[in-house]
Amino acid sequence: MFSKFVTIVVIMFFSFISFGQKEGMALIKGGTYIPLYGTDSMPVKVDNFQIDKYPVTNAEFIQFLKENPKWKKSNVIALYADGNYMRHFKDDFTLNEGENPNAPMTNVSWFAAKKYCECEGKRLPTLDEWEYVGMADEKRIDARSKDDYNKFILSWYEKPNTYSQEIGSTFKNYWGVYDMHGLVWEWTQDFNSVLISGESRKDVDGSSNLFCGGAALGSSDLMNYAAFMRYAFRGSVKANYSIRTLGFRCATSIK
Amino acid sequence: MKRYIIFSLTALLSFGMLYSCSENEEKEVKEEELETERKEFTGELSELSVYNLPSDWTNQNGEEIKLEDLKGDIVVAVMIYTTCKAACPRLVADVRRIYDKVSDKANKQVKYVFVSIDPETDTPERMKEFAKENEMDNDQWVFLRGDIEDTREFAAVLAVSYKRISPIDFSHSNIISVFDQEGVLVHQKEGLGVDDSSTIEAIEKLAM
Repeated sequence: MFSKFVTIVVIMFFSFISFGQKEGMALIKGGTYIPLYGTDSMPVKVDNFQIDKYPVTNAEFIQFLKENPKWKKSNVIALYADGNYMRHFKDDFTLNEGENPNAPMTNVSWFAAKKYCECEGKRLPTLDEWEYVGMADEKRIDARSKDDYNKFILSWYEKPNTYSQEIGSTFKNYWGVYDMHGLVWEWTQDFNSVLISGESRKDVDGSSNLFCGGAALGSSDLMNYAAFMRYAFRGSVKANYSIRTLGFRCATSIK
Repeated sequence: MKRYIIFSLTALLSFGMLYSCSENEEKEVKEEELETERKEFTGELSELSVYNLPSDWTNQNGEEIKLEDLKGDIVVAVMIYTTCKAACPRLVADVRRIYDKVSDKANKQVKYVFVSIDPETDTPERMKEFAKENEMDNDQWVFLRGDIEDTREFAAVLAVSYKRISPIDFSHSNIISVFDQEGVLVHQKEGLGVDDSSTIEAIEKLAM
């Protein structure tokens, strides 16, 4: 009797982890790609995984807060979120006038984003997963060498306030994933794995240091420049930072 | 067989806990400070305390510990991996140099903590060996390994960056961090072999 029970539980357990294309997620077929880590250019293998089709929205985040009051603006501890956390909110559950509930949630720390994903039974995508999905355009898995793809990203960098646009307002890429570029930057699980300038990162006045120096380093063409901006940005943030242009989406592994 | 079932049930349950996100709100168990050497703490943990992280770690003796178990001590923390050939030995040497320079009185209140960025390789046995090799095999030196996520999170608090760059190597930032008795980060020093007088000063000040 007991062992039967165990068997059932174990089966349920495995079916829980192995099946179920989650709603709102796109299946990404793994492969290898050559990332841009400063001077390092070894191919990196990415396994199959799923990623949210859209960034997490303000409205979705409010829902999360209702279920997890510990993460409300008024409750969150300073270790997990700096003073800019949810800055575009009037109070714990209300957005400021003019904010769009369907725009990506920003002003959110890494800790909060991570927690949100955990509560969905997901996790943040790794940096490699994110970059792997992000290199696709509408038709190609890897469009990084295409001029129009790079120009699109770079023109976005110059556009103000794109964080207030609704999710889904940029292109749908090869994988069926929207808004990888064009609305907001996104947290990754291992955002703190960036060492663009080797061991020379200084934590005191780091951001300006890295942002300029790092971004200029070796950026010989548009493709590198667009990616370097992302890497430099990641290298300049800390996990409790909440930034207006930085949102997130979640991912899951496939067993 | 029965043992196996129990084990898998435990694994199952702990897996389930990973999915329940409302974890750790309940863990209200108040630690009692027994040792007289430690400074006493009453009241709430500071918001900035690293002991807010709800993570589980294993030390070089194979004992399960919580970061919070270090509460009451001054903690000097670095992140390394024991198979590292390049920067880590120097980083370890830097920490030892700090230990040597800190007064005996202050050292009684300090724990020197090495957190592994390669928990897959750095088993308790491996860490123990490393501790012995470096003559750090006593209570003062704590070697910790956690799961990959908790390690990433701990690094995030320390603003330490690291990345596996080959099956056996990591690139990582060399940062020595000092936490006060409550777990609040009070001082950091980045770089190898750089002047450590401000680090020592920070420790001595906390020990007063």
